Amino acid sequence: MKTVLPAPDISRAIVRIAHEILERYDGADSITLLGIPTRGAHLATRIAAAINAIEGGQVAVGTLDTTMHRDDLRTRSPKALLPTLIPTAGVEGRHVVLVDDVLFSGRTIRAALDALGEIGRPTSVSLAVLVDRGHRELPIKADFVGKNIPTSRTEIIKVNLVEVDGTDEVTIAEGGSK
Amino acid sequence: MKHLLSINDLSRDEAILILDTAAELARISDGPMKKLPTLRGRTIVNLFAEDSTRTRISFEAAAKRLSADVINFSAKGSSLSKGESLKDTAQTLQAMGADAVVIRHPASGAPFRLADNQWMSGAVINAGDGTHEHPSQALLDAYTIRKHLGKGAKDLAGLRVAIVGDILHSRVARSNVLLLTKLGAHVTLVAPPTLLPFGVDSWPVTISYDLDSVIPQVDAIMMLRIQQERMHEIFFPSAREYSRYFGLNRDRVNALNPNAIIMHPGPMNRGLEITADAADSARSVIVEQVSNGVSVRMAILYLLLGGAPIEGGIN
Repeated sequence: MKTVLPAPDISRAIVRIAHEILERYDGADSITLLGIPTRGAHLATRIAAAINAIEGGQVAVGTLDTTMHRDDLRTRSPKALLPTLIPTAGVEGRHVVLVDDVLFSGRTIRAALDALGEIGRPTSVSLAVLVDRGHRELPIKADFVGKNIPTSRTEIIKVNLVEVDGTDEVTIAEGGSK
Repeated sequence: MKHLLSINDLSRDEAILILDTAAELARISDGPMKKLPTLRGRTIVNLFAEDSTRTRISFEAAAKRLSADVINFSAKGSSLSKGESLKDTAQTLQAMGADAVVIRHPASGAPFRLADNQWMSGAVINAGDGTHEHPSQALLDAYTIRKHLGKGAKDLAGLRVAIVGDILHSRVARSNVLLLTKLGAHVTLVAPPTLLPFGVDSWPVTISYDLDSVIPQVDAIMMLRIQQERMHEIFFPSAREYSRYFGLNRDRVNALNPNAIIMHPGPMNRGLEITADAADSARSVIVEQVSNGVSVRMAILYLLLGGAPIEGGIN
């Protein structure tokens, strides 16, 4: 197992993503950040804090659980649901930025797009991820990327965040054993 | 967990998972997402060999909100009333590709018979069998109690619940005793001795014959319906006497704890086990129990049918 993104790099990536989002949407007023639980939700909160530090004010931030919309539900035992918290402004007419920790097959994001479609019709949807590891199975790409990490399909990328894991770091390990 | 036949099928953690899932489903279906695609293409049969309003429409609403296809069939108007056996009915459902059967039956144990034989491969959900069990009702009752009185706790530790009335014929009482005690609540049964089942002294409950002494000590009081359709002999001298000693009236409502809630699984005999002003008082959560029932049944259907069609635990 080796560390590919230590804590300071994660912080820098989050601040850079915050700047890129602000630049793209010309300010924070029309943006709603929706993190995909568990770690995507914490990243969304951190990006929101970074945006607020830059702009002042409060950017809308929430969470979006994709469990009920996944296409692989039938292949595994049912999972407990995670919270979906949509900010009071809703998503109608907003620029929604989905936030997740790792972009891999793209299937989670497809499920998130379906879940979002049930809630309303945002003006636009974009995607921010901390790590893009490749191997897409669907025509989905990230708009804001912390770091591109080329991997083999069997390698295991693990994002650790202080809020959940007690430490900030992204590691890569050989596949086979988990 | 492949079937839901009895509360005994559930571990404490599984019961809490159902309640947590129901809470999350309630939040998203009250708010942004009315309908979820999770059970699209799955067929759920409501097999009701006994009358029901709440449970049947509750399971139907739950299945439809999860996008499942629902086939309702009741004893009246089906071959059950021509004397078709449970086995033949089950094989018919299997041939039609039912992924789950929600069964209500007047015979205790009918859902077990359906699940234990190889008549059909789908999940079996007990929606009330005779005087035996009604697990989804107990789960929605526990959900309602936890929501009002749980103060954020996962279980019901330390809460005191009284179940009052026709315990003898009540599958709701049996399932509730099992579930509420599993979740750490203390249950007191209040009934005339004639309406307590044989062997009740071995249950993990306190028994009382005096409603007035129990009332000030409980956090939730659950009134049960006097089941006249199952009463083939005389269990109490008169309806008036029963309601005087064991009915919930205005004076008893006023003697409850300030935060105590009033529950009833329905349908109510207003004026017999509960007066209209008690049923409609601000303490009453009877109507809310019905809406909670939909969320709890969505959770049950999701956890039984949402995943891979294999046997094994839920994680």
